Amino acid sequence: MGGSWFRLTTGALACLVLITAGLIFYELWMGSRPAWEQWGLSFIWRTEWNPVRGEFGALPFIAGTLLTSGMALVIALPVSLGIAILLTEFAPRAVRDPLIFIVELLAAVPSVVFGLWGIFVLAPVVQGTVMPFIAGSPLGYLPIFGEPGAGYTLLTASLILAIMIIPIIASLSREVLMTVPRDQREGALALGCTRWEAMRHVVLAYGRAGIFSAAVLGLGRALGETMATTMTIGNSLGLTFDYFEAGNSMTAIIANELREAASEIHVASLVAIGLILFALSFVLNSIGRLIIGRVSRGGV
Amino acid sequence: MSEGVSQTIPLRLRLRFLRDRILVGLCVVALAAAVVPLVWVLWDVVSVGAAHLSVEFLTSLPEPPTRPGGGWAHAFLGSVVVVGSAILMGIPVGVGTGIYMSEYGNNLLGRSTRFLCEVMAGLPSIVAGIVAYGLIVVTMGRFSALSGAIALAVLFVPIVAITTQEALALVPRHQREGAFALGLGDASTTLRVVLPAAMGNVLTGIMLATARVAGETAPLLFTAFNSRFWMEGLDQPTATVPVNIYNYAISPFDHWHDQAWAGAFVLVSVVLVLNVAARTLWARRARFMAGG
Repeated sequence: MGGSWFRLTTGALACLVLITAGLIFYELWMGSRPAWEQWGLSFIWRTEWNPVRGEFGALPFIAGTLLTSGMALVIALPVSLGIAILLTEFAPRAVRDPLIFIVELLAAVPSVVFGLWGIFVLAPVVQGTVMPFIAGSPLGYLPIFGEPGAGYTLLTASLILAIMIIPIIASLSREVLMTVPRDQREGALALGCTRWEAMRHVVLAYGRAGIFSAAVLGLGRALGETMATTMTIGNSLGLTFDYFEAGNSMTAIIANELREAASEIHVASLVAIGLILFALSFVLNSIGRLIIGRVSRGGV
Repeated sequence: MSEGVSQTIPLRLRLRFLRDRILVGLCVVALAAAVVPLVWVLWDVVSVGAAHLSVEFLTSLPEPPTRPGGGWAHAFLGSVVVVGSAILMGIPVGVGTGIYMSEYGNNLLGRSTRFLCEVMAGLPSIVAGIVAYGLIVVTMGRFSALSGAIALAVLFVPIVAITTQEALALVPRHQREGAFALGLGDASTTLRVVLPAAMGNVLTGIMLATARVAGETAPLLFTAFNSRFWMEGLDQPTATVPVNIYNYAISPFDHWHDQAWAGAFVLVSVVLVLNVAARTLWARRARFMAGG
């Protein structure tokens, strides 16, 4: 049955997926060539973005993406781990399943709805409550926080991203923790550990690689998140490291400008940013999937 | 009784129990930190959105921004057509790829397809939009519903392929062997025995993927683009609900903001209903298969 028509047909469809993946890379590469030809790799660290003068550089957007996604991960990782631990180790069965259901629904709410909520609900809260609170607390002395201003800032985008990646990291970590064999836990308990000590020294140690890859996959999701970021980050064009200022991200600049980009070099620069984004997310997803594939038979 | 017990437990042990309680308490706080924003978002979408929902909003075309009223009927139709075309293109490719990976996939093609599907399931959705823009919009010389549908299909296929593969892998081996023993070829075995047995889970995957792409905005911004009128054809630009939510939300008009919330209410309702339906279907099938 090696060469049946059915095998050939489904194999052709599988090849179509491979071709599409290749086509994505090809199109990003060809579309961005004018930008690479003009500036070479220095496009990545040039800071000026001026469509009128035809000067383009990706650094402000790469920085904005890394700053917001990084902060989102810092907020989301402990929260997600707490949820995963609670759901696998401590929650009684009766509340566990509904809670898993709710956490997974959170992952289904479209990005643009979070963006809408971010504009009209979260940004005013960040401006009126969160930023004054941080500025007044010891955290306010950190160099990443300047003078509180309007509500559309790197901080607002980071908070929205954190809310959006918590369910992803939580459900991946939960799957990882569930693969820890029961007798590992029971052994620790039998040695006199409290439930928490068994959790910390045995289960978390066993699941370390899987949790790392859950974090990497969550970071990958945050990098590529477009609408919620675009609608809350403030869309400034300069390079900033101040979470209280308006910033920009790789996804936001593409969403804002590709429709209206007139010159060839402007389009090419936007596509080049798309290529950098694609490469970053490809690397993060590959690392995450390779590790998690080794740890558990992962789902979507 | 507890008084007596606590006196016999050494202080150090009691501190360990205390830390145990505190840290479990922190986990509960973490859960609340995730659930509170969800309830908050959904509450705003339902309370604000439903308040501005009307028959006019659902059935009429938009008015110029200086006039109140008007609706998103063209965007609802646009979303149905764009998402519908995407899943019509995506289902054969996704399910076919899933079948290949599950039934014949223990080779280089199968493994690399599986790996690329997993990576592409994490593809930033805006990248699909850039590629569809470069390959289709620029080539055709105009924005079109079709280019939007293709961008969505690129996001839809890997999810369906993965869930299909996993659904087929759940079908017990002896069912395939039984079919072979009766003299069925591999096409009939897969299409008439394995696929029907896994149909519930395959449908669940399709519904979840549909819910995912129905809410996608970024790939449509520069493919399906936008329009104030009824869609005139697959080769013409069209409004869609997610893009309309974005455009209305960033507009300077208050009554447009209200309409963005109403649109978000409709979108979230559809997406959540699809999700809940898909997940309950999955749960039932999983129990059924475990029991049988």
